[in-house]
Amino acid sequence: MTIRGAAYVAGIYEHPRREIPDRTIFEIHTEVALGALADAGLTMADVDAVFCDSTTGMGAFSLVTHWGLQPRYFDNTETGGSSYLAHVGHAAAAIAAGKCSVALVTLAGKPRSGAGVERMSFMPGPETGFESTWGVNGAPHSYALAAQRHMHEYGTTAEQLAEIKVAASIHAQHNPNALLPFAVTVEDVINSPMVADPLHRLDCCVVTDGGGALVIVSPEVARSLRRTNAKILGHGEAIKHTNNGRIDLTYTGAVWSGPRAFAEAGVSVKDIDYASIYDSFTITVLQTIEDLGFCEKGKGGAFVSDGALVAPYGILPFNTDGGGLCNNHPSNRGGMTKVIEAVRQLRGEAHPAVQVPDCQVALAHGTGGSLGSRHGSVTVILGQENA
Amino acid sequence: MSMLPNPAPIITSTSQAFWDATTEGRFTLQKCDACDLVVWVPRRTCPNCWQENLRMFDASGKGTVYSFTIIRKGAGEWKDAGPFVYAYVELDEGPRVQTNIVGCPVDDVHIGMKVEVEWHDTGKGAALYRFHPAG
Repeated sequence: MTIRGAAYVAGIYEHPRREIPDRTIFEIHTEVALGALADAGLTMADVDAVFCDSTTGMGAFSLVTHWGLQPRYFDNTETGGSSYLAHVGHAAAAIAAGKCSVALVTLAGKPRSGAGVERMSFMPGPETGFESTWGVNGAPHSYALAAQRHMHEYGTTAEQLAEIKVAASIHAQHNPNALLPFAVTVEDVINSPMVADPLHRLDCCVVTDGGGALVIVSPEVARSLRRTNAKILGHGEAIKHTNNGRIDLTYTGAVWSGPRAFAEAGVSVKDIDYASIYDSFTITVLQTIEDLGFCEKGKGGAFVSDGALVAPYGILPFNTDGGGLCNNHPSNRGGMTKVIEAVRQLRGEAHPAVQVPDCQVALAHGTGGSLGSRHGSVTVILGQENA
Repeated sequence: MSMLPNPAPIITSTSQAFWDATTEGRFTLQKCDACDLVVWVPRRTCPNCWQENLRMFDASGKGTVYSFTIIRKGAGEWKDAGPFVYAYVELDEGPRVQTNIVGCPVDDVHIGMKVEVEWHDTGKGAALYRFHPAG
């Protein structure tokens, strides 16, 4: 059994705000849930499955209590920012198995205005004592290790990484909700303050409050709805870790998640019209493009130069909402918005300036955790009804 | 050269023996008697053959910089540490361990640099392993 065609993304919603000091995380979850259900033409009463990360307490307990739901299926898979792509695959599998028919996936967080008492924490693992005493206090420090090693092995340059930010910023100009809705140049990126060599401030994603939601439905439910739905064609996931102290920093878990998703979808890289590529940092995009097979390993720097990522006519139009690099990275988790923009492209509802003509097949990829230690990679492939 | 803070690590019953050895200036690793794998980080069960035959041994304390970054501004007790180096050092015995590189200007650090361990006492029953350029 595969999930190909077994489920559809029927509703999407991205919170329009980027700083939300006047709402709790639960209120934001509710707002985006209702938004996505309205987009689908459904209501909370139709929901029979709930998918969320681990930032709202113990699993979905508090969320379903807050919403007054009695779901017959739930999943709290936590792989950081890629969780929501995993939720799409898991929801499709559950629907294919007859466990549910309307699945709600939500994300909310407030790292920009301050989470206050709603700050999340994780139990330390056996490795934590060996990783927490070296002065690292943010994701850039860990991702920088991957960037430095990639540069060393393949000759990737800071200018090539900057091209990724430039492409995202060209798209962000057309998104009035983007935190940074303006174009930047390679020089702007190179001249921005160094955060952790070789990553500059503009190599990093934005920090935003907000959230988003998805409604995943069975084919029967999809047929009853008026909106254009995105068919789920395939999904693959993987965890890459430190491998007993033999970590290789030059590749991501996309080397495993990608082939699984492509195989299930029955498509290849040549079939991808648009890609949402997780962009916590420019290096995240570069390594992922290589690992998914859009170019040869180590040639990502050359690939992203000369406008390859710029919509609508680049070789691989990416992150047409401005991505995490310029638009939105709610709750420090970019996977939700990756799916949302891919669905917009398939519906033909991206901004006209960046809409890929006749977008038939779209890919969304998430990288949650850190390239410098361990991360969850999830690839989802979506398509038009006839794809 | 700035002084780095020496925060106490999280110590578990599994990692206690490793940290005890650090107070004597010994960098220990484990080796599996069943499959010969050198293991990092310390644990009770081999991550390759899942037997409980791991034996501690003293490593050389020598290695090579696998990757690094210069953290331009730390936070918390690292706020005034100035630019400092966070790195993976590949030990001569195989494992790549996270650490700081000290004992040279941050701009001198490079991938492939040979390094040796030095110890920074936390005052709390453990010393932190950091590495300086090999003499």
